[in-house]
Formats: sequence, structure tokens, C-alpha cells
Amino acid sequence: MEGERRASRARSSDLPAGGDGAESPGGSVPLPAGSCSPALLPADVLDLDEDEDDLEVFSKDASLMDINSFSPMMPTSPLSMINQIKFEDESDLKDLFITVDEPESHVTTIETFITYRIITKTSRGEFDSSEFEVRRRYQDFLWLKGKLEEAHPTLIIPPLPEKFIVKGMVERFNDDFIETRRKALHTFLNRIADHPTLTFNEDFKVFLTAEAGELSSHKKQGPGLLSRVGQTVRAMASSLRGVKNRPEDFMEMNNFIEIFSQKINLIDKISQRIYKEEREYFDEMKEYGPIYVLWSASEEDLVDTLKGIASCIDNCCKATEKRMSGLSEVLLPVVHEYVLYSEMLMDVMKRRDQIQAELDSKVEALTYKKADADLLTEEIGKLEDKVECANNALKADWERWKQNMKNDIKSAFTDMAEENIHYYEQCLATWESFLTSQTDLQLDEDSEDKL
Amino acid sequence: MEQTPPDPERQVQPASLEPLSGPDDDLEAAVSKEADGAQREGSGTDTMTENNFFLKKIEISVSEAEKRTGRNAVNMQETYTAYLVETRSAERADSQSVLTDSLWRRYSEFELLRNYLLVCYPHIVVPPLPEKRAEFVWHKLSADNMDPDFVERRRIGLENFLLRVASHPVLCRDKIFYLFLTQEGNWKETVNETGFQLKADSRLKALNATFRVKNPDKRFTELKHYSDELQSVISHLLRVRARVADRLYGVYKVHGNYGRVFSEWSAIEKEMGDGLQSAGHHMDVYASSIDDILEDEEHYADQLKEYLFYAEALRAVCRKHELMQYDLETAAQDLASKKQQCEELATGTVRTFSLKGMTTKLFGQEAPEQREARIKVLEEQIGEGEQQLKSKNLEGREFVKNAWADIERFKEQKNRDLKEALISYAVMQISMCRKGIQVWTNAKECFSKM
Repeated sequence: MEGERRASRARSSDLPAGGDGAESPGGSVPLPAGSCSPALLPADVLDLDEDEDDLEVFSKDASLMDINSFSPMMPTSPLSMINQIKFEDESDLKDLFITVDEPESHVTTIETFITYRIITKTSRGEFDSSEFEVRRRYQDFLWLKGKLEEAHPTLIIPPLPEKFIVKGMVERFNDDFIETRRKALHTFLNRIADHPTLTFNEDFKVFLTAEAGELSSHKKQGPGLLSRVGQTVRAMASSLRGVKNRPEDFMEMNNFIEIFSQKINLIDKISQRIYKEEREYFDEMKEYGPIYVLWSASEEDLVDTLKGIASCIDNCCKATEKRMSGLSEVLLPVVHEYVLYSEMLMDVMKRRDQIQAELDSKVEALTYKKADADLLTEEIGKLEDKVECANNALKADWERWKQNMKNDIKSAFTDMAEENIHYYEQCLATWESFLTSQTDLQLDEDSEDKL
Repeated sequence: MEQTPPDPERQVQPASLEPLSGPDDDLEAAVSKEADGAQREGSGTDTMTENNFFLKKIEISVSEAEKRTGRNAVNMQETYTAYLVETRSAERADSQSVLTDSLWRRYSEFELLRNYLLVCYPHIVVPPLPEKRAEFVWHKLSADNMDPDFVERRRIGLENFLLRVASHPVLCRDKIFYLFLTQEGNWKETVNETGFQLKADSRLKALNATFRVKNPDKRFTELKHYSDELQSVISHLLRVRARVADRLYGVYKVHGNYGRVFSEWSAIEKEMGDGLQSAGHHMDVYASSIDDILEDEEHYADQLKEYLFYAEALRAVCRKHELMQYDLETAAQDLASKKQQCEELATGTVRTFSLKGMTTKLFGQEAPEQREARIKVLEEQIGEGEQQLKSKNLEGREFVKNAWADIERFKEQKNRDLKEALISYAVMQISMCRKGIQVWTNAKECFSKM
């Protein structure tokens, strides 16, 4: 399907069916095997045949069950259930396709900014139409993220690309920067679309469909910026208390996040460095080949050999370029996204801890203030529910996230290895053909001498 | 191949050797390969089999290098490297070779030998020595003369030099060369006693000739031009190659970092752990593979460097020609003007300005006896001059003939050697690619099992 291909252009935007939007929320409806979306697979691997899709499906079934039992916060919409049933027989359950493209510069008297075109295609009933086209700027994305975090404090919200690049980029509207950002924004929206809970978020829908004016008026509703800042400050303060009573599972999770964050950051740096070194290698190689051609001008007997070498070097140059672009299109964005994810995870942990801290402080209060015992007990009851919901939501989402991460990382590195293999194969081919031509010539010369 | 009739003084006259044989003898000097794997390019062996006129089969090798300290000419402590030069005679029947001579030489003695050859055989393209100081280095490679890798490459270069000399149809017969291989003590004194330094043309004289010569042989002018181009292009090539090597090193080594990080990461991953760990191992293998690759490439660079230095040797031959030609032109001009003077004196006409002519005009004609005397002197000088001119002409033509013969020999050698070097470069690249495919295929397998 055309739309499907476009929506899943960026590798990392495709997530395993654990995050399939059309799943059944509340109840545990066991999905028949073979009906799940192969949305796990990266864009160009979608060409694989059905069999492979089915294999992926089996491994995802288990996690689906988990989500169904642990996510009481998933909105139950009869319409979405109908959609889900309708798609059971099809190989792809994805019903929301989003693309981000066409960055455009807008200049006003106050500022200059970039907007991106967002095209949404959907078959969902709750959407008024089946196709939407809107323009959004980075600020709008920030707003959306904020709203999602607010609504689901312990879900793992996908990360946004950075506001600014700290080093290297002076020009905010550098072409590479814009393109990198565009791809990351595309991934961001698609990750939300694939998330079992977030995909039904109202603000998300507004973001995708509202005209500019509508969006700004919608934005004005809800808690303002100041209150959100206040929340953050309180969150920071109380989260420390929440750490003390953090359950075992979450201690483990936190430990993982800390180490993962360290490692992924290093991998990000290493990968960026590799790209830089490859680029510099490419630049030098470009200069190298032509010298052999220059030399051939003064050597009548070595013209073929020298020119042959020059052409091999040029071919290797082209192959390097391809390798570099593979790196920048696949590995770098994925690794970088997970760097940002690791920061998100830490925020999520903090928020969870803060929710727990609220409960703990009330419990503490209860032991000391016997007077308000009844009121406190009631409050504690509510908070205990809140904590349980938060914990369960996080646990489920955590499993889903880990699964995604494994697949994305695996896929990205496998791809990098593939690019390298291809690079060396191309270089090998060109040098071997040169060698053959030289030894053939040698044989011809020898036989001529003999004659 | 024609050669200058050998100067009897310079001929090889070792006691144990058979008398000089003609060019048709089948003679060879083989390359001795070193235990540590350093190998000369194969062309060396082929060249020598075809062209060597040495009296008996010998093998020359520079087999060791040793750091020494000693006192130099101004009595200061210095550290230098000495090289062991071994000569073996190989028996035809079996391949057993007997060590006949073994002595230590330092770089400066090689230089002395070469300078001697340059002066005494100006019509020969004398093989160059390996570089004195490391140049065109990519940054990981040391530019230190005492660095073991540099010393090793220099050892190979020195061996190569000796083999080239030994396989040269003319140079191999030189006595000083023979003594270099066989007489450790006093060799320097022996060389200096030949007085060759006196025969050397002064730089100034040579420079002067280059600018003022009117009719050099066109072929030499072209050759000079060619050698300039060769030097320029090879220098450029070596420079860029060094930069490329640098960059390639960077690419490979950075991948090594993945190894460490994957390993640390694998500790927290249940499913991915094994895959990450083993992939990391392959990244380490990949990163360390570049060291050998670049070491091989350094050998290629050395092969090119030899021809870079050969360009200078070519220019030296051209300069000698220019000098001889200039000398000839000057002598001819001199002779012509003397003839003219003579004629003027004889006929009494003054066609050209001369001091004598002026003074004659001012102070009156000289006496007929004086005039006769002067004419006689001039005629003598003219006679001498004509003789000299004739011999100079002959010398010049001989030089051109012999030089050009050696240049043709050189050209063929160069084409063979360079072609082989370029092909071996391609072979190196192929090996590098194959290694790359292997490593990344392994890594891919690990990744896909995560």
C-alpha cells in the first residue's frame, strides 16, 4: 500500500506490533496468530514475504497479553474495537499513517521559523476525514509532548529531537540540521501512532488534524506554562523521597537505565566519530585518484596500469560515499533517538518516584497526625490506586520499550554491518577486475614476445 | 649493451675469482630473504637474472641492524645504526651458499660509496639510497631515525641498493664496490685515496652550464623534463597517500571503541548480551587489522620512493651532459675566435674589436717580426685547440651513446618495477577488502542473533 510505505519511510518509525494502534485496549481479546501487523519491519524489508511476517508475529503475542492486562488507562472505544475486528484478516493492522516532510521557512517581523508539512491518512472512525494535511512548527511538537507527558506521566513518551545542537552548528537553518530534524519528527509522530495508549490521545488527534487557528485556541486550554514549571520543581524535590521506597523492580529498571544511558551515549559519540572519519577519508581519496591520472600523462608504457588504479580508487570513493550515507540514514538517527530516549526514561522514573513520594508522605503523615486519620486514609487509598496504575503502566510500557529497543538496535547495527560488507564487496570487485585486466595484458604481452 | 671501456684500475680483481668473462655468461646474484619476513619486490630477482654480469654467483644481504654508540669526528658521543652486510657465494650444483664476507657498515659509508660511483660513472643512472630521514610519514608512523620500523625499512632499502649495484652491468665490476663488500677496515681511506672528490664537478660549474648551454642533445632536455615531472608527481602521490593512510587508520581504530562499549553494555542485557559481546569482539579484530594493512602499504610507498630518488640520478646524468656540451661549446667558441684573430693578423684587417687592434690603432702598427711571432703562437694554440675539440667531441659522443644505453636499460627496469609495484598495491587492496568482508560478515551474524 502506497500510504503504508510512505508512513514507514524512516526505519525507526516502525515498531513491533506491541504498539499496534488497532489492538483491543481493555479486555484481553486473544488475537489469532497471523493477524498482527508486521510493522516491526523496517521500510525496505517490508518486501519480505508473508512467512517472515508471521514468524515475527508469534514472538509478539506474549507481550500483547501483558499489555492488555496491565493497561487500565487505555481508552476503550467501541469504534476502535470495530476497526480492529475489521482488520483481523488483513496482514497489516495499522490504520494511522503519518508523514512529515516539506520543511518551509517562514519569516515574520519578530522571528524566522520552519514549519513542516504533516500528512495523516487514517481509516479510524473518530477522525472526521480520512486524510489531513497541516503545517506545524517545532514549538507545536513541544506542546504535544508536554501534553502527553502530563496525561501519561509514567508512560515512555517518544523523544523529540533537540532544540539546538550544542556544538558544530551555528546556523540553525542549516540544511542537514533541518533534514535530520524532519526525520526525527517523523519518527516521533509515528512512534506515538504505534503506541497502544498514546495513539488515542485527544491532543495527538488535534495536533494531526487542526488548522493553525484551531490549534492555538486548543493550546490555550489546560494548565499554563507556569503551573507546569511549578509541577516540575515539585517533582524534582519529592522524587528524591520516592527513591527510598522504590520497589525492587524499579530499582532494577533504574539501574538498567543508568547503564544503558551511559553506553548509548558512548555509542552515539563513537558512531558520529566514525562518520566524521569516513568523511575525511573520502575527502582525501577524492584527491588521490587523479594523481595517478596525472602521472599517466608522462609514462607511455604505464598508462593503462596507472589509469586503472585511478579508476579503482574513484570507485572505492563512490562506495565510501554510499557507506557514509547508509550510516547517516540508519545508524546515526536510531542511536541518537535512543540517547534521547534514555533521558526520557530518567524523567519517567522521576515522575514515578514523585507519585510514590506523594503516597509515602501521606502515609507518613498518617502515623503522626491521628486527628485527620479518616481523611488521610481516604486520600491514601486514592494515592495507592494512583501508584499502582502508574507502576503498572510503566512496567508494561517498559517491556514494550525494551522489545522495541532491542529490535531497533539490532536492525540498525545489522544494517551497518550490511553496508560495510557491501562497501568492501564493491571495492573488491573493482580491484579484482583491475588485476584481471593487468594479468590478461601481461599474458598478451608475453605471447606477443614469443611470436 | 655497450659500455665505456672499463678503467683497469676500477675493475674487480679478486684473487679467488675467474677472469673477466664476456657479456654472454649466465650470471646471477640472488636476493636473500630475511627471517623476519621483510621481502624485496620480486622484480629484483628477475632483473638480476637477466642483466647481471658479475663473475660468479653471489648473494648479498643486509641482514641485521644494530644500534651503536661511538665517538664522531669532533670527539662527541653519538648513537648510530650499523648494518651487517653479508656476501655469500652460491654453488651451482646444490643450493648451499657459503658465507664469504661479512662486515658492518653504517649509512654514511653507503653514502660515500654512492658518491664515489656518481663521480666515477657520470653516464650511469646510479641507484639511489633509501631516504636519510623519514619523510611523507602518516602521523602514527614514527619519523624518528632510531625507530625500529624505520630502521627495518632502511635495512631493506640498503640491501636493495647493493643488489641494484651488483646487478648493474657496469657498476658491478667496480673495485671500490667489491672492497665495500669485502674490506671492512680502511675502506674509507681507500676510497678517499682514489682522489675521486677532485674529479667531481663543482655545483657552481654545473649550474652555470645548465643555464648557458646552447645546444644540448634534445633527448637529454626531454629526459630532464621527464625527471622533473616524475619527481613532482611521485612526491605529490606520496603526500596524499600518507594522508589517506592517516584517515583510514582513524576509521578502523574508532570502530575498536565499539568493542569495549558493547562488552560493557552486554552486562545488563539478557537477550542481546551474547550478540553484543561477540559483535564487540569482531569490532576489535577489525580495528587491529589496520596495522598490518598499513605496514604493507608502507612497502609500496618505499617502492615509489626509490623511483622518486631515481629521478635525481637521472637529472645528474643530464647535468653531466650539459656540462660536457657547454665545455665543448666554449672550446669551439674559443677556437673560432683564435682562428679569427689569426686570420686578422695575417691579412691585416681588423674585423673584430680586440685590445691589440685598439692599441695598434693608437700606438701604430707593430713590427712584422712581432706579428709573425704572434701568428705562430696562435697557430700552435689553434692546432692544440683543434685536437682538444676533436677529443672533446669524441668524449661527448661516447658519453651520449653510453648514457643513453644506460637510460634505456633504466627505463625498462623502471617500467617493470613500477608496474609490479602498482599491481602489488592492487593485491594489497584486495586482501584488505577480503578481510573487511570477513569481519563484517561475522559481526552481522552476531548482530542478527541479538
